[in-house]
Amino acid sequence: MAKEFVARGQDLELRNIRKEFPGFVAIEKLDLKVPAGEFFALLGPSGCGKTTTLRLVAGLESPTIGQIFIGNTDVTETKPHERPVNTVFQSYALFPHMTILENVAFGLRQRKVDDPLTKAKEALNMVQLAHLAERKPQQLSGGQQQRVALARALVNRPSLLLLDEPLGALDLKLRREMQTELKAIQMEVGLTFLHVTHDQEEAMDMADTVAVMNLGRIEQMGAPEELYDRPKTVFVSKFLGQSNLLVGEVGSSSANSISIDVAGNKISVPKHRAEKHDGKITIGFRPEKATFHTKKPSTNSNENLIGPGEIIDIRFTGVSNQYLIDVPSIGEITVFAQNMGQSPIFELGQQVWISWSVEHSFGLADLPTGDETE
Amino acid sequence: MAFAAFGSSVKVEAKPTKSGKVVIALLAPGLAYLGAFFLTPLIALIMVSLEVPDPAGGYAEYVPGFEIANYGYVISEYFPHIMRSFSYALMATVLALVISYPLAYFIGVKARPWPLLQKLMLTLVIAPFFISFLLRTLAWKQIFSNESWIVTTLQQWGVLGETQYVVGSSFMVVFGLTYNFIPFMTLPLYTSLERLDLRYLEAGADLYASPAKVFRKVTLPLSMPGVISGTLLTFIPIAGDYINASGDFLGSPETAMMGNAIEANYLNINDYPSASALSVLLMGVILLLVTWYVKKSGTEDLL
Amino acid sequence: MRFSLGKLALPIYSVIAFIYLLIPIVYTFAFSFNDSLKTNLIWRGFTFDKWLNVCQREGVCEAFGNSILIGVVSTLVATALGTAIAIALVRYRFKFRSSINLLLFLPMATPEVVLGAGLASQFFNLGVQKGIGTIILAHIMFCLSFVVVTVKARVASLDPALEEAGRDLYANPRQVFWKITFPLLLPGISAAALLSFALSFDDFIITNFNAGSDMTFPRYVYTAAARGVPAEANVIGSAVFALAILIVLATQINGEIKRRRLAKRS
Repeated sequence: MAKEFVARGQDLELRNIRKEFPGFVAIEKLDLKVPAGEFFALLGPSGCGKTTTLRLVAGLESPTIGQIFIGNTDVTETKPHERPVNTVFQSYALFPHMTILENVAFGLRQRKVDDPLTKAKEALNMVQLAHLAERKPQQLSGGQQQRVALARALVNRPSLLLLDEPLGALDLKLRREMQTELKAIQMEVGLTFLHVTHDQEEAMDMADTVAVMNLGRIEQMGAPEELYDRPKTVFVSKFLGQSNLLVGEVGSSSANSISIDVAGNKISVPKHRAEKHDGKITIGFRPEKATFHTKKPSTNSNENLIGPGEIIDIRFTGVSNQYLIDVPSIGEITVFAQNMGQSPIFELGQQVWISWSVEHSFGLADLPTGDETE
Repeated sequence: MAFAAFGSSVKVEAKPTKSGKVVIALLAPGLAYLGAFFLTPLIALIMVSLEVPDPAGGYAEYVPGFEIANYGYVISEYFPHIMRSFSYALMATVLALVISYPLAYFIGVKARPWPLLQKLMLTLVIAPFFISFLLRTLAWKQIFSNESWIVTTLQQWGVLGETQYVVGSSFMVVFGLTYNFIPFMTLPLYTSLERLDLRYLEAGADLYASPAKVFRKVTLPLSMPGVISGTLLTFIPIAGDYINASGDFLGSPETAMMGNAIEANYLNINDYPSASALSVLLMGVILLLVTWYVKKSGTEDLL
Repeated sequence: MRFSLGKLALPIYSVIAFIYLLIPIVYTFAFSFNDSLKTNLIWRGFTFDKWLNVCQREGVCEAFGNSILIGVVSTLVATALGTAIAIALVRYRFKFRSSINLLLFLPMATPEVVLGAGLASQFFNLGVQKGIGTIILAHIMFCLSFVVVTVKARVASLDPALEEAGRDLYANPRQVFWKITFPLLLPGISAAALLSFALSFDDFIITNFNAGSDMTFPRYVYTAAARGVPAEANVIGSAVFALAILIVLATQINGEIKRRRLAKRS
């Protein structure tokens, strides 16, 4: 009985998912909707539950509570070999006792599709490996194996393609190439991709929507630009890019913004960019949004200002210089200054003031605990 | 809430009861077989060891009883056999260790640059296995037989007395035991030494240790798992062996071991309770020794 | 080791050790060509006779045939049962895992006399007639543990992701086992089967306790030892040895060729 799956991607929905293992809870509470045809990234540190989520969608694990829908079908009880889902495993999981052609044809054979070898050959063509069709996986390089794993999954035209950190083992250059390729394939074929990764640059680059997971929950979900520009929790602000965080009680508010007092400085954030409007809040800003001043600039209601602080570290990373400034009573602040061709104007030990536009601030309801991952 | 650091490849965790059926299906036949043909016989052995002669029955008929005195009887009657079993086993094991270790070291450490050679040498080590145990023991019997070239030469040289022979002596029995079990000792030693990271030896030399010291302080301790497996795999079967000590092979009535006594009682005299009591005794002492030995050297996963 | 003598010590020792290991084999092989009469104790002359007419000696070929039959049957059953247990032990977690591991270890740690006597008592109590059947039953029992240990090692080295990939690619559990698990386990299963056959073929003690009047090859040699083992027994012993060595060498060379071929292309 040939199983024909839809040629286009389908919606994926996880409802009220909870997954417990003996001894710990991998997923606390998860609600997720991935629209059809989208490239969706699940981003988070190790142990956050993202791989478990993937395995739940694949059917390799069953949720303790909750349901999973593909299209409008409840697949929670469906076995993996009956779901229109394919996975690209992190270790590729290529069958060592078969040629890569047979590897790619495997799923087609199981579904009793006509002419599996021709279709497999086409899939290998798509990833430019048709000339190695008769080799065994052990004879291929890591990058080639990764492409075979991809072809093996894609050839089945699943409604949903799951990728479990598939680019982790590749070197930087190869990884960049594969990122472009993956994105191109996804857009061309129109499948729904669910990509699990801990590499935030990769997620932001490839995905239409990113969900940041931490400790079994999704902390924030949205377009990459949105997440980066307007993180909603301390964790997200530190996991996606870097952030400088200042804590204080909301002292005053105007029509559009609220302010806190930080070591005598008035730090403001626009109301529409703040999660909480009263009580103790965290105001953050990205290091690349700040500017230095060697002399204290005049106060400006559109700019936040802190200082003076001493530059205690300078790191040259090619594209930019990263400065670490110690501001008394506040802490260490990171500022990135793009390398414009001149040697850094600022030196170790120099006293500087730091300012940034109020519009670039973001306000968080939770407070830093000191052990978020950078 | 405790959160485990997940490796990215999540290992197969405990499965829900659905798969419980699969596990039972996989385990049941084999375990039932062992239960029926291993555990039950052991229990039967214990029961038979406590039996008494059937008062109403004839020769070799016994009825269930609780005659612990059977054990007293076999211990006193066969005390020399018991002593010999364990002393021969100890000697043969030590000898096998001494002979096998350099060999295993050569194959597992020195010959590493030539893996094909390693495999060929291992084949040579286990080659004796492929000739029947009995045939190779017999070969030694012929080679050292009373009229053989070796014995007559040794007699001429005065090493052996005029009427002294090799076959039938404790020496010959231990020799045979050692020979037959060298592969059992060499293979675990080899496995352990094969995995020895040579950089440890280099580090030792770098830290001013002489080759002898490096061996004593680095190589030997690191190969301990192999030594332990090997000594267990040799000692246990040797303790129960009776071929080598048999009069038809390398031994004589003066070298009889527990195994010979068990065989004689079971197959010849038909004194089943005594045979069973000796068997239970043998097994009990071995279990005690093994437990003590394994505990003393740290818990090793022998499997 | 600066002195060349020191460097040579180990290799020389190893050569001597190998010679020592091979002496009985060479002896047995040599005496299979002995133009002997009833006993094979003194060299009388070289002949191919015994090799060409090996079955003329009464009982030898029958015993050999029995040993083969018993070996094949025991191996098949022990391998099947043992492989199932090995897979269960490695892939699944359940309550009595450590006790079961212990139970499987015990037969390997029990002296053959005890195993043999115990089983014989059991058969006696049940009134079972001793014969080829009881021998086979006994052999399956002691081979089982060795199969489990051998296959376990192989199962443990099998990446679970491969089976998951199979399920992901629309194979139901049965297909996953036969198309993925089994082919990849085959080297381990074959090794276990070979080991099991070798153990069964060469077994004497347990067999002796549980055979009726049926002869296996080792039993034949044992009973003949008192009066003198005929050269035909040497013939069979040598032939089995040669065959076994050939198989082992062939597998090793085959493995080496495969390894070299794979390494060259990548």
